[in-house]
Amino acid sequence: MTNMPAMTPPPSELPAAGSQTAAPRPRVAVFKFSSCDGCQLQFLAAIGKHPELLARVDFVHFLEASAHVDPGPYDVGFVEGSVTTPHDAERILEIRRQCRYLVTIGACATSGGIQALRNWGRIDEFVGAVYATPAFIDTLATSTGIAEHVPVDFELRGCPIDTGQLVEILTAILVGRKPRVPSTSVCAECKAAGTVCVAVARGIACLGPVTQAGCHALCPAHGRECFGCFGPSETANLVSLTGHYEAGGVPRDDLLRLVRGINAWAPSFRTEGDRLAALAREKDGGR
Amino acid sequence: MSTSRSITVKALARVEGEGALRIRVDGERVEIAEFNIYEPPRFFEKILVGRSLREVPDIVARICGICPVAYQMTACHALEHALGIVPPEGTRALRRLLYCGEWIQSHALHVHLLHAPDFLGYESGFTMAVDHPALVEAGFRLKGLGNRIMEVVGGRAVHPVNVAVGGFHVWPDADAVRGLVPDLVWGLDVALDLIDRVSGFDFPPFERPHDFVALRHETEYPFNEGRIVSSDGLDVPVEAFPDHFEERQVSWSTALHAVRIPSGRPYSVGPLARLNLCRDRLPPRAALAAARCEWPMLNPFRSIIARAIEIAAACEDALELARAWTRPQTPSTASFSPRASAGSHATEAPRGLLWHRYSIDADGLVSGAAIIPPTSQNQARIEADLRAFVPQVLPLDDAAATLRCEQLIRSYDPCISCATHFLRLSIDRKEASVIPPSPSPPRRG
Repeated sequence: MTNMPAMTPPPSELPAAGSQTAAPRPRVAVFKFSSCDGCQLQFLAAIGKHPELLARVDFVHFLEASAHVDPGPYDVGFVEGSVTTPHDAERILEIRRQCRYLVTIGACATSGGIQALRNWGRIDEFVGAVYATPAFIDTLATSTGIAEHVPVDFELRGCPIDTGQLVEILTAILVGRKPRVPSTSVCAECKAAGTVCVAVARGIACLGPVTQAGCHALCPAHGRECFGCFGPSETANLVSLTGHYEAGGVPRDDLLRLVRGINAWAPSFRTEGDRLAALAREKDGGR
Repeated sequence: MSTSRSITVKALARVEGEGALRIRVDGERVEIAEFNIYEPPRFFEKILVGRSLREVPDIVARICGICPVAYQMTACHALEHALGIVPPEGTRALRRLLYCGEWIQSHALHVHLLHAPDFLGYESGFTMAVDHPALVEAGFRLKGLGNRIMEVVGGRAVHPVNVAVGGFHVWPDADAVRGLVPDLVWGLDVALDLIDRVSGFDFPPFERPHDFVALRHETEYPFNEGRIVSSDGLDVPVEAFPDHFEERQVSWSTALHAVRIPSGRPYSVGPLARLNLCRDRLPPRAALAAARCEWPMLNPFRSIIARAIEIAAACEDALELARAWTRPQTPSTASFSPRASAGSHATEAPRGLLWHRYSIDADGLVSGAAIIPPTSQNQARIEADLRAFVPQVLPLDDAAATLRCEQLIRSYDPCISCATHFLRLSIDRKEASVIPPSPSPPRRG
């Protein structure tokens, strides 16, 4: 799920690199599903840093920033958030039809986000815990990533996405090439930054070895564990890593919570979480 | 013969979250004024149960990408109250600096990109930039300044990673903190000019009752600390919040509505509430600028002025904090052992008072959580405002009337991701008898 097919719009239809604003601008839409808005906010951060983006990209549907809304079709649709209602499960189908390329932004759109923790519970208990009259609440039992509903052309990972990676994908769209985002693990970024390994030096259970790079190894640089904002890296060996930490004395329950965090429903984190949970149940005599 | 009209707007933009508005009028009489939040619920209070208390700041940050620090600060203080944790010296100043960063970026976003286009007649900050490049550029730069404070102190502007129960994971680099000073000097000057600029906008006449609620601190403008005070004389510690305020569920909203108890009356929180109640606590230059405005400020449309004053106040405070910052020689986090306990706290989020309560078990796992965000507290007041405001716009054509209602809602800077993200507005002016009451929350259009 890391690197989706390359995005190769025919150069004839999009402005060539170095061309001025007279070239047609790609029509870009930004959509929101269940989320915190933090990834959309990175568009504004990117525009603040690179105001020239506005001359090159036509944001024709971006409700958080503009009351001007053009109907589809769109050249590129960016989708923030996860699918959590029956209506949203239908809405994403129509958005897919309207968008030539569909890019998911952030952990919610990629793997269901933190709200996917409901996927292991009984939804009526969740609704009842928050709302006095659950009958008014229309929600699905699960929070799922966009790719579980429609084909997705590219994923930008992170909670939130990295502004630099967002600028990279917008540039790739403008130039008509495949976006370049790293598929290594956070460990590679830690080593490149010269950060002391929190797992080796301090025995802290860190998800860096199994988490996709992109955050510039922010958490270890702050003396703490990576908790997997960017989701699982390619070829992540979760069983080996959690076994290593457990042998070092980290309680299994702590490891289970670590794996079941921001990207709990991402395939390899999910599988490992389920394995650890089953082991914990066995130990408790099937409680 | 129908004396009623109907207006529908599919999506109200430039708000943070998904919601709708439904108004039904019969002649001059407003029959229904519902501010409908239909952003899908995310069940944070349930997600938190069973998590380690140390994970709480990282989890609650995800409630809102625009004000994650508010959630982190409120949670940390509540959990520290529960366990009697005293964070190391230096933490208080640093948390205040971090919160200033969040206020600056959130308010700069709203004033320049979401709210000002209403007054200057544009669909967005992007189109406004063509005619008002300096204003929009200043907005982006101020927002960037707030973001940078959050990066220096918190590691990242959206969902900071450095906040911990008991302090910070690491002390930020002293040179990086002091490096904020030149930009804060610039920011304060720009914010002071901004107050004059937005004060000159054209505001619809719409004075509302004094029903403000905010934290009030003995000496400072409120961020992380204070007592809960109101326009009608309430003055109670933060733990007493549930004795005086209550959330009620309504069928048309996935955000709960908060009201005063026992009166059941709506109230309002946020920049206007804070300034009406705590103006005497502003730092000196922001106070001088505020003194040039008329008080009390009771017109919600004027909240853009309040936000500009608060950007100045946050820059002024942050400037003092950054200049005074020296990196402590002590560990950056207080050590603590969990025990069964409970604690609550309130802080001032950019959009107003935010209250959390947690109970934790002997192993340090969360056994219960309650979170009351500012937007759900304002929701009932927004509806009351709409009810009072609609007659004023009835002589206007549908497009103009609708725009005015949208502007009123945007004045509150509703953060629907907190409480819930698009707002769909419909004013139903058809013959009342043939329009059935809304049977269920409307769907996104």
